[in-house]
Order: sequence, then structure tokens, then C-alpha cells
Amino acid sequence: MSLADLTFDYNAAALLPVIVALPLLGGIVTGLFGKHLSRGTVHVIANTAVLAPFFMAVLAFVQLRALTLTNPDAALRFELYRWIAAGSYTFDIAFLFDPLSAVMCLVVAGVGFLVHLYSTAYMEDDKGYARYFSYLNLFVFSMLMLVLGKNLAMLFIGWEGVGACSYLLIGFWFKDMDKAVAGQKAFIVNRIGDIGFVIAIFLLLAYANGSVDYDSLRAHFSDAHRVLIDPATITLICLLLFVGAAGKSAQIPLYVWLPDAMAGPTPVSALIHAATMVTAGVYMVARMNFLYALSPAAMTVVMVVGALTAVVAASIGLAQNDIKKVLAYSTVSQLGYMFVAVGAGAFAAGIFHLFTHAFFKACLFLGAGAVIYGLHHEQDIRNMGGLKAKMKVTHWTFLVACLAIAGLPPLAGFFSKDAILAETVGFHPDTEKLSAYYDASFKNQALRALAREHKPGTPFEADSAKIDARHKQVKAAYVASVEKLAIWRKVALALCLLGALMTAFYMFRLYFLTFWGQFRGDPHAYHDAKDAPLSMALALQILAVLSIAGGWLGMPFAHGKLNWFWHWLDPVFARGHEFVGGHLSAALEYGLMGASVTAFAIGAGVAWSFYKDGPSKQAAAIAASARGLHAALLNKWYVDELYDAILIKPLRSVSMALFQVVDRVVIDTMLVSLPGWTLSGLSYLVRFVQTGEVQVYLVGIVAGLTVLVMYSL
Amino acid sequence: MDTALTQAWLQLDPSHGFPLLTALVLMPTLFALIGVTIPGSLQWAHKALSLVGSLVTFGLGMVVWALTDTARAGLQLTDDSSWIPSIGARWTLAIDGLSLPYVLLTVFLTPLVFVGAWSAIDKKWKEFAIALLVLETGMLGSLVAVDLLAFYVFWEVMLVPMYLIIGIWGGRDKVYATLKFFLYTMFGSLLMLVAIVWMYLHAGNTFQLGAWTQLDLTETQQHWLFAAFALAFLIKVPVFPFHTWLPDAHTEAPTPGSVILAGVLLKLGTYGLLRFAIPLFPAALGWASPVLLALAVIGIVYGAMMAYVQTDVKRLVAYSSVSHLGFVMLGIVAFNEEALQGAILQGVNHGLSTGALFLLVGFLYERRHTREIADFGGIAKRMPVFAAFFVFVTMSSIALPLTNGFVGEFLIFAGAFKEGVRSSMAAGEGTSWRTMMLVGTGIATSGIVLGAVYMLSVVRRVFFGPMTNPDNEGLHDLTGRERLLMGALCVFIVWIGVAPGRWLGMSEATVHAMVQPLRPAILQVRAPADFRREQLLNADARAE
Repeated sequence: MSLADLTFDYNAAALLPVIVALPLLGGIVTGLFGKHLSRGTVHVIANTAVLAPFFMAVLAFVQLRALTLTNPDAALRFELYRWIAAGSYTFDIAFLFDPLSAVMCLVVAGVGFLVHLYSTAYMEDDKGYARYFSYLNLFVFSMLMLVLGKNLAMLFIGWEGVGACSYLLIGFWFKDMDKAVAGQKAFIVNRIGDIGFVIAIFLLLAYANGSVDYDSLRAHFSDAHRVLIDPATITLICLLLFVGAAGKSAQIPLYVWLPDAMAGPTPVSALIHAATMVTAGVYMVARMNFLYALSPAAMTVVMVVGALTAVVAASIGLAQNDIKKVLAYSTVSQLGYMFVAVGAGAFAAGIFHLFTHAFFKACLFLGAGAVIYGLHHEQDIRNMGGLKAKMKVTHWTFLVACLAIAGLPPLAGFFSKDAILAETVGFHPDTEKLSAYYDASFKNQALRALAREHKPGTPFEADSAKIDARHKQVKAAYVASVEKLAIWRKVALALCLLGALMTAFYMFRLYFLTFWGQFRGDPHAYHDAKDAPLSMALALQILAVLSIAGGWLGMPFAHGKLNWFWHWLDPVFARGHEFVGGHLSAALEYGLMGASVTAFAIGAGVAWSFYKDGPSKQAAAIAASARGLHAALLNKWYVDELYDAILIKPLRSVSMALFQVVDRVVIDTMLVSLPGWTLSGLSYLVRFVQTGEVQVYLVGIVAGLTVLVMYSL
Repeated sequence: MDTALTQAWLQLDPSHGFPLLTALVLMPTLFALIGVTIPGSLQWAHKALSLVGSLVTFGLGMVVWALTDTARAGLQLTDDSSWIPSIGARWTLAIDGLSLPYVLLTVFLTPLVFVGAWSAIDKKWKEFAIALLVLETGMLGSLVAVDLLAFYVFWEVMLVPMYLIIGIWGGRDKVYATLKFFLYTMFGSLLMLVAIVWMYLHAGNTFQLGAWTQLDLTETQQHWLFAAFALAFLIKVPVFPFHTWLPDAHTEAPTPGSVILAGVLLKLGTYGLLRFAIPLFPAALGWASPVLLALAVIGIVYGAMMAYVQTDVKRLVAYSSVSHLGFVMLGIVAFNEEALQGAILQGVNHGLSTGALFLLVGFLYERRHTREIADFGGIAKRMPVFAAFFVFVTMSSIALPLTNGFVGEFLIFAGAFKEGVRSSMAAGEGTSWRTMMLVGTGIATSGIVLGAVYMLSVVRRVFFGPMTNPDNEGLHDLTGRERLLMGALCVFIVWIGVAPGRWLGMSEATVHAMVQPLRPAILQVRAPADFRREQLLNADARAE
């Protein structure tokens, strides 16, 4: 019996609102009544509120898979209610479970549950456990809204919700002002990105008949109304969306909040700031593939910004000494790879890297958490070393995840990174199809150009030959401009390979400094160091296994045929791939595999030679010989300082100046008080009019009004 | 120029049997009169009486809600009778989807304010209760009067109790604050009075709104009259640069005064624009659109920047009102259905969220007798419930989705961008208005970030970090009464955020019917090319 023969008498679509509602309910219950509940009860409620949705997601996945066997475009849809309706604009609370949502939902609920499980031990000494689990549940709720939403408005609900939960969780230990500041910074930098996102939504609403439903947007931009859609508008909308994505997913120039976000509890960093929330931007771009594919220019920007971020963040990661900071910059860098992928049109590869990264990066963060937990809140790798003897489970899981992220075959990271490299250079926009799509717009442009050049007073001969010639000209200019962008793919590839080299180096620097050599901190701490307790160890081991095997879903050795992961996502990206894509040659794939394995070997090897016995003299000598560069890396290229000088300080001083000058002096003194003083001076003179007789006043009022009325007539 | 438009949305239903709206409007004053007879020494009696009075009014408000048919436009539940026959003034009260949300907001907030005042007001309770009850009559009357003289009387009735509330129960600089409040508002009111008298004479001895919309006015007349009306309303909103009375009035007013001021009084400015200034002189809005757009955008950005540098929490919240009301103004200027629905709802939202913030600040003030941000820090440890409420209301104030603030702000922006983009399809003349609208709205979106900057900063500085000031050690968390008040407000914050359908539906038909005749008249002036294009599109649609 094959899967297709199975009949399902349950309607999995009806599960979708339940999947979302359970963590919300968990968050409300633990938040409102947590103080009166025992620690164990809170744990059970919070964990069930995420585990149950995971199983429901599996059920939905099974049904979706059965449906897709007969109809590749199948998806589960559930419309709960009309949220907002005004004028011609409508927004629904509606859910979509298509192949892309399915992958995201399983990752969010799966990793989400493991982090909840891990947290039961990690937060065991914290008095605020109920508040913690409430926030964590609410985060999962928001994240599920984000990935299961059927339209951009739902995505935005989740988008802002995860931002708020992130704010609360980064500042969870709010008594420490630095942590509260970090939470605030995260929220505000995200909001800067959100401006781009919402403007894009508003433009889409105005252009696409008042709905931001994915299905209707795709339909709208597939065929009709082409006259109104010109390449510049699409590019503008895509770039605005990307501004939002860059904020949420910590890309240049909005990445500065993520390293500071490490102030939150470590499981939070694993879930929110590595596996799920920060990948929302990648998800959004992939989700909007049908729009991005129409703008090679916007995609190139996405790709190049991603590549630059991958390298810049990796470079900062080379010199950091806080175990979590290294991982934070690593996350920024890996997110850069995902943007390279979606920017290059390799949507499936981008989501695949998102998928594998969720496992190995969560594993790394939770491993780092286990180290921090074992050493009683020590985070500086200069004070670590030799922990592999003390922390067996933590050590092997961390090593596996390190190998996975650094790209050792056949671990997960190798396949996903390799797919990105190959498709980045192998794919290209289809200029034929694109110019056919924009044909009406080109014609429009040609006509308008002719009309502009026309001299008033002379007869306007818009003969068809003239129009055709101009039309061809416009089209050729467009095609040329798209073809000119090809060089950036090679630049991105080079940057990605450089980034891969650095990744292998900083990850193994971290690994060796933490687990190898001699312990360099307080000997008592080493003596007391313990391995992760059961619930933490369980989460680590599951993630380690997934870091190995997760990549096998997307093995590239299936020429001519898509592998499972690509095949699964194909319906979602089909529209995008009409305009961008290509076939990869085996030579290209093997060549790039060779290059990436070489990068791994060099990076890891250098790290081994420098750090296998703790910080070596060579490493110190290199750092000393390039002191300026090293200081710049340590200080994160001084970007925070730059923002402080050009944005934050001026905002405060300009506001203060305006307050003192405009509000206080110009309005209050010159416009309000001065006439008042003048009046009181005058009234001194006319005081004799005040007779105290009501009739006189009335006469005065009536006379005055009459004069005014007569005058204005 | 022929300016008379058929405005079906201002069509008065015939008077019906029971004078329900009259009862609603006068009920608080009836209780105030009862209060006059009870000696001031019986403070508890005044507390009980005022609460009962406001609750009875609330009950009447619910009846009004139930009886108003929001599915159709037009002024309903009409009470129309002769009032001052010698000058042709009539007692005409009626309600529609534009005023209903604000009537509900008023009758809902007033009992809460009375309960909040149990601790906030510590002297002359009798006088306070009477003032606030009369004020409620003034507010409700202004919202349902469609005879301009009656409207003006109610409008002025609001002024005196508010003046007294700030002047008697206010803070240190109350004299300066009351003077400023009085001068600003009187200045606006007097100009409006002149315009009302002019219109009265011109219309032939009637103050009826419906009759006034039928007048033929020259362009110049419209401009002057609009300016006179609008100025009174813009001062009330308040729109930059007429806003400086607000921070002073708010800061000096006692908590109940601030809540009512922010919650309802400011909304009467935007309500007045929509009910009177724009329907009477629509072309003049087209003429004034660029200026109003600029003022709205300046208000949003400038108000937020001012809020950011305040050291007094209450003053900060007051400036945030300037910014929030700027959004409402932006929606009104855009004048399409999406933006107007957002603007009307955002008025309600602001009443709830800012009302809640003023209550919260009041709770803190009652405990510590200071509102300086620097005097606090780390108090979330001592007052976790208070901190939770404050953060929650902050989320509403900065328009987090699934709170009320988001729905309003989102629709306003969506409508404003639509106004910019839609016109772009017309080539030629219309483009300057489109560009202005797009650029203005684009700048206004910075308010999304600035709102988070000043609100999160104040949350952090008051609640987070270590407790440095030993005076805060003795702070106790919210009492049951205080939690009840905040809980009631938070229910609405969530309700409107999660399922705003009923609230948007309340004004849907009215807005639709309002836009039909007015939008073309406005567009014709501010973007003639777009106007012609919309006419053509409508003709096409009819042909199909």
C-alpha cells in the first residue's frame, strides 16, 4: 500500500488554528496564573503547549504529503474570520499549510519544543520561571502565526509578535540595565526595518486590489494589469520588503541588534536568535519569490547584501571571546548565506540552509548554554579549556554541530551550503520571459517617451514603425541591464567561499578553546563543572543527530531529478523559477564541493594548529602584527559607535533644541504670552469700560458681533 | 461655484417617540443637580452618586447602541423640538456611525474615571463630581447635536468644568496651565462662533446642519468659514503649532482630568472636522489639504521627538498624544474610506490607550508624589503587576498587531498610501498632490519607530535596571480597584485588536455614505486630474 492509497478521514486544515492557539493559551495561562502554579505544572503546561502542536503539524504534514502525490499544488487552507475590513481593503485571519509552511512549522514547533524541554533544567534556579515560559510560549505562538499565515498581514502579526517576545526575553533579567538596553535596541532596530516592510505592504495593497493574500497576490502578479506594473515599481516593493527582512534577519546595515541580543537566556538565543525568528526574513523573501523573481535588480541587492553580511559577520566572529558572541556573529553570517541563496533565485537552497542551520545552530547554542550552565555563568572562552573530559555529551554534540556548520561532508551543513554555492553561479534570470512579462510596460514607456519628445504644435505621427523601434530599444536596454548583473553572482560566490573559510576557522577556534587544552579559569569552577542534565542532554543529542542526517533530504546526487527537499518545495517556488533558474552541470557541482571542502580543511586546520592547546603564541603574534585590524574586529568594525554618532545622539539633541526653541520660545513666548502681555497692557487702558452692568456688556457683544459679521460679508 | 451637495449621510430621521438622546445627554447633569443638594461633607455619598450617575448614563449609552442601526447611514434616534423659537434654534440631537463610537467611549470612560478619582481626588469631592458630570453632558451633547447653536452651547459647556478641574484640583503650575487652556480654546471658539453667526444669517435663521449644507457659497467664503471652524477644531485636536496648551494642561490636571481630556475632549476636535467643517465646506478641505497634511506629518514626528526628551512621565504621554492625533489627522486628510475608518477607530484607540497610560501614571503619582522619570528605575521588581499593565498598554500605544492601536494606525497608513499611489496612475496635473501625499506619508512612517523609541525608553528607565532610589522601596503594587480599572481598559485593547469587526462596522456605512459626495468635491480641488480619472473609472464601472 502506498501513501496515496491511505485515506484520511480527518481534516487536517482544521488543526491549523489549534496549532496556533495552544501555545497562545499556554502563554496566557502561565502568564496570568503562573505565580500560583508549581514549577512542575508550569513545565507541563508550557511543554505540552508546544509538543502537541508539533504532533498536529506532523499529522497535517502527512495529509499534505498524501494530497500532493495526486495534486502537486495542494495545500491546506483554513479561514478563521475576517479580521479587518475597511473600504476595499480586507484582511483575514486565515491559515495556509503548503510545503513551505509545513517545513517552517515543523522546524518551529520541533526546535521550539526541544528548547522548552532544555529550559526546564536551564531555568531551574530562576524565580521568574512562569514569566519565562509564558514569554516562550507566546513566542512560539507568534512564530507559528508568522509561518502559517495565509497573507502578509498574518505574517506581519507574527513578525511583530516575535519581535515583542524577543524584546521581553532579551530583557528577561531586567534588573540588569545592559540587558534591558539590549532588548530595547533589538526592538527599535527591528522597527526601522519594519518601516520598509509596512510601506511595501501598503504599496502592494494599493497596486493589487486591496488584498495581500499570497494566492491572490501571485495571481495578480502573474498575468493581469501588466500595464500598471513596471520593473521599477516591482523593484521598489521588493527592496522595501527586503529592508524589513534585513531588520528581522540581522543583515547589513541592521544586524547590530543581534549580538547584543545574546543578553537573553541562552535557550532563548538558540530558539529565537538562531533557529527561528531571525530566519523570518529569509522565509518572507522565499514566500514572495513570485514577486522577487520579477526583479533581477532587487534580487541582486539581496544576494550581494547577504554575501557581504556573510563575510563581515564572519570576520568579526574571528576575534570575539564571548562564546555566545561568536555564535551570534556566526548566525548573522549564516543568515547572509540564506539571503545569497534566495537572492540568487535558489529559493529551495535558502530554505534548506535555514532548515539545517536551525538544527546545528540550535545545537551549538544549547551546547554553549550547557557550558555556561556547567561553569556557573562563565562565558569567556579565554577562561575555558579542557572541558571535553568533564562534559561528554556537550562535547560530542558540540563537535558534531561544529563539523556540520563548517561544512564537513556528509553532515547537514555541507549539503545546504554546497547547494547555495552551486545555484548562485549556476542560476540566471530568464531575460526572454522577463521581457515578455514587461512587454506592455515597455510599450507604454516607449509611447510616453515619444510623446515627451514630441514638439507641441506639430502633428504627432505615432506610426507603428516608430513605436516598434522605440519599443525594441526599451526592451534591449532592459535586457542589457539585467545581463550586466551577472558578474555579481561571481562576486557573491567568491565572498561565500571566503566566508566558508572563516567559518571553519572561528568555529574550530571556539571548539578548541572551549574543550581542548588545559582549563584556564578558576580551578574550583573546573572541579565543579558538570555535564548537561538529562533534559538538556536529550535536546542536544536529538539536535546533533539532526545536524548529521538533516542534510540527507537534500543530497545533490540526483541529476536530472530533483532531490526530496527541492521536489517537496517545488510547487511553492514554481512561479519564481519561471523567471530565474537553470540546470547545474556535474562539473560545476563537484568543483564547488572540492572548493568548499578545501575551505573547511584550511580553516579547521589553521584553527587546530593555533588553538589545540589553548591560545597559541602564533595567534597572539598575528593579532599583534595587525593591531588596528584586530581592534576593529574586536570592536565590531565600530558600527555601533557610528550609529550612535549619526543617529541616536542627533535625535536627542535635535529634539531637545526644537523643544527649547520652538515649543518654549517661538510658540509659548512669542505667539502665546506676548499677545497676552500686550492685551493685559491694553486692558489696563480700557479698564474704565468695565462698568459692571450686564446690559452694557450685552450691547457691546452684539455690536461687536454685528461689526464682525458685516465686515466678513 | 455650486457647492450644494446631496449629503444623504446627514439625512435626519424623523423624530421618534421617546427622547432617548436627550435623556442620555442630560442624565449626568440630573445627577449633578441631585449632588448639589447633598452636603459636601458626605464624601462617600458623592462618590456613590457620581458612580451611579455615570453608570446609568452608561446603561443609556448601551440602549442607544442597541437601537442605532449602524448598517445604514443617516442621523438616527432624532430628538427634534423647538428650542429658542425667536432665533430659530432647535434642540436637534441625532446619532450615526460617526458619533456612536465616541459616545460609547465617553460613557465607558466616565465611570472608570470616577472610580479612579476615589484616590486621585482628595478634596472638594462634591464640586469635583458635579464638574465632571456636567462635563460629560457637554461631551455627549457636542457629539449628538446637529443644530449648530446647540452644538456650540455644549462645546462651551465642556470648557468651564475642564477649566475648574485643572484650576482647583491641579498641580503646581495650574494657574498658568488653566490660563493657557482657556485662552487657546476661547480663541478658537470665538472664531467658530463668528462663522456660526455668519452662516446663520446667510442660511436664513436656521442653525440646522442639514440646511447649511444646501447653501451656495463662493470659494472665498468657503475658505474663510472653513478656516474659522477648522481652527477651533485644530486647537482642540491639537495640531502643531496649536499644541502647547496640551502638555501644560495634562501635566497640571489631576488624573481624572487628564484621562477625560485625552480620552474624549481631543477627539471632539477630529469629530468636529468630520461632522461640521468638512461636510459644510468640502472644497475648502481640498484647498487646505497640503497645509493640513504638512501639519499632520509635523505633528507625528515633532510630537514624538518632544515626547522623547521629556523628563516628566505625564508630559511625555501628553506629547505622545500630539503624535498620535497626528495620525488621525493624516487619515482625515487622505479622506478615503480606509483612512477615515482608521482615523475614527484610532480616536477611540487613543482614548483607551492614552487614558490607560494617564491612569497608570496617576497610580504612580499617588504613591510617590513625583512624575520625574529620574526618580524611578527598577520598580518592576516592587510592582510587577503595574509594570505588566504598563508594558501591555505601551504595546498598544506603539501599535503592536492584535492590539487596538495597530488596526487604526495600519488603516490610516494604508489609506494614506492608497491616496498617494492611486493618483499616480493619472498623468499630468494631479501629480503634485500625489507626490506630497506619498512623501508626507513616507515621513510619517518614521513615527512607527519614534513611538517605540520614546515609549520603550520610558518603560526601561522607570521599570528596569537596578533600584537606585531608596524612596521606591516602599512602593506597593496595584490594589484590586486599580487592577479592575486597568483590566476593563485592557479588555477593550485586546477586543479591538483581535476582532475589530464590530467597531469598524459601526462607522462603515456612515463613512461610505460620507465619502460618496464629499470625496469628489475635495478631489476636484486638490487633484483635478485624479478627479477626472475617478469620474471616468466610475462611469466605466457603471457601464459594465
